[in-house]
Amino acid sequence: MAKILMKGNEAIGEAAIRAGCLNYFAYPITPQTEVAEYMAKRMPEVNGVFVQGESEVAVGYMIFGAAACGERVMTTSSSPGVSLMSEAISYIAGARCPAVFVNIMRGGPGLGGILPSQGDYFQSTKGGGHGDYRLLVMAPDGVQEIVEMVMMAFPLAEKYRNPVMIVGDGLIGQMMEPVEFPDNLTVKPSNKDAWATNGMDTRGSKEKNIVKSLYLDPEELNNHNLTLKAQYERMKKEEIRFEAYNTDGDYKVLIVSYGTMSRVCKTAIDNMKAKGIETGMIRPKTLFPYPLQAVHDAAAKQSCKAVISIEMSMGQMVEDVERAVLGQKPVSWYGQCGGNVPSPEEVEEQVMALINK
Amino acid sequence: MQKEVMFAGFGGQGILLSAKLLAYAAMKQGLEVAWVPSYGPEMRGGTAYCTVVISDIRIGSPIIKNPTYLVAMNRPSLEKFAPNVKPGGIVVINSSLIPVRSERDDISELLVPANEEAINLGTVRCANIIVLSAFAAKSGMVDTDILRQCVKDNFASKKKVIPLNMKAFDRGMEIAED
Repeated sequence: MAKILMKGNEAIGEAAIRAGCLNYFAYPITPQTEVAEYMAKRMPEVNGVFVQGESEVAVGYMIFGAAACGERVMTTSSSPGVSLMSEAISYIAGARCPAVFVNIMRGGPGLGGILPSQGDYFQSTKGGGHGDYRLLVMAPDGVQEIVEMVMMAFPLAEKYRNPVMIVGDGLIGQMMEPVEFPDNLTVKPSNKDAWATNGMDTRGSKEKNIVKSLYLDPEELNNHNLTLKAQYERMKKEEIRFEAYNTDGDYKVLIVSYGTMSRVCKTAIDNMKAKGIETGMIRPKTLFPYPLQAVHDAAAKQSCKAVISIEMSMGQMVEDVERAVLGQKPVSWYGQCGGNVPSPEEVEEQVMALINK
Repeated sequence: MQKEVMFAGFGGQGILLSAKLLAYAAMKQGLEVAWVPSYGPEMRGGTAYCTVVISDIRIGSPIIKNPTYLVAMNRPSLEKFAPNVKPGGIVVINSSLIPVRSERDDISELLVPANEEAINLGTVRCANIIVLSAFAAKSGMVDTDILRQCVKDNFASKKKVIPLNMKAFDRGMEIAED
């Protein structure tokens, strides 16, 4: 198919439809409202459903309901809205239902601002809701990649019977870039008959499927938690995705960065390379499971004397970078908040300061 | 080779559309492109701006502080963004609304009385198309034949406005060549 020019937010909607998602529930919030606008127009064309909920709390449970029935379902929101959905996300994870959430992050905490941010790293990767659950979290760096990740998210959610979270930032949502949608995509049928409450007659079964997250018996709940844990461990084996950028040379500094921020870092790395300074980068594409080994190995390189996590937050991913580097090399953080995206020159300054230390 | 242009003006002047048409043309030429709008909290009549980045290789940072070119549709935009233009760059000034100049001697200026020219053609609404084609002709950032086709395609669902916009496009080219 030919390339088309699309806003990130519109591309998210189109990608979901092409991945077989015919259920979309959402509540408007800047900077992702265009997804809802797009879906309001597109869903009726494909006999799909779009409902604007009365709040993000309601939307969270609309997602739970549709997911429990085995429907492919997605919502999109931005940071404060995702906080409101977090209770439902915990329930959905506890009930082992597949669903796709997209967070086009804006500055926080609280209402914060409406400009790009990566301040929801902890919320996405370490919890958000209560209880022992994890989300499979992916972080695209542009419009084409968000399309690919949305399309991957549905089969992954079904494979693990777990919610998948895609975190972009306001810039990725608002920006237009050329995108290509794959031709003749075959949508894998869902494995829903094994678990969904889609009706015994519908699936021709005599077994009841029960969707729940309540386990009052301690042993039963412990076993349920072990089942969930086994799924998260399997994600760590099978789903880690990352990009290594300029890591062949003898770099003195290793950058770890993701999303929009990683693109700024690439420009800085290219500019420094033109001046004869090598800098490597690991760009996690999955934030959970985290590419611990890749960061560890890149930091272990003899020439590397320092590692820096560059993020549009006050230092969240840096904790995972430290966990990966395990003290082999000093790890530091650089970032800005409030909707400011550090410039390539500012990144370069940070790297040069580490080299000259 | 990467080039960037910032379109800036009042909300309602067609800034985002001009930038989008330019981005389309660049994509049709097979270039990498990013269209990045400002989406801060703006009020009606406030400033709007949008950056288009084109490159023959994958675009790194889509956020540009110092663009190669600036198209200023109103005075606050010129005063705010002209100092950021890279030396050797071009600034297109909507001289119908902007009585001042960039006051830089290391860039070239193109004056386009876009509002007056648009009114002469029938409606002020096509001022953004006049400026767009004048900018494209002056800068060579994209192929003007491809851009002209993109403008035409954009109005495919409102066929009756195509002739006007084609006239506006051609007028902008003439102004740039004068």
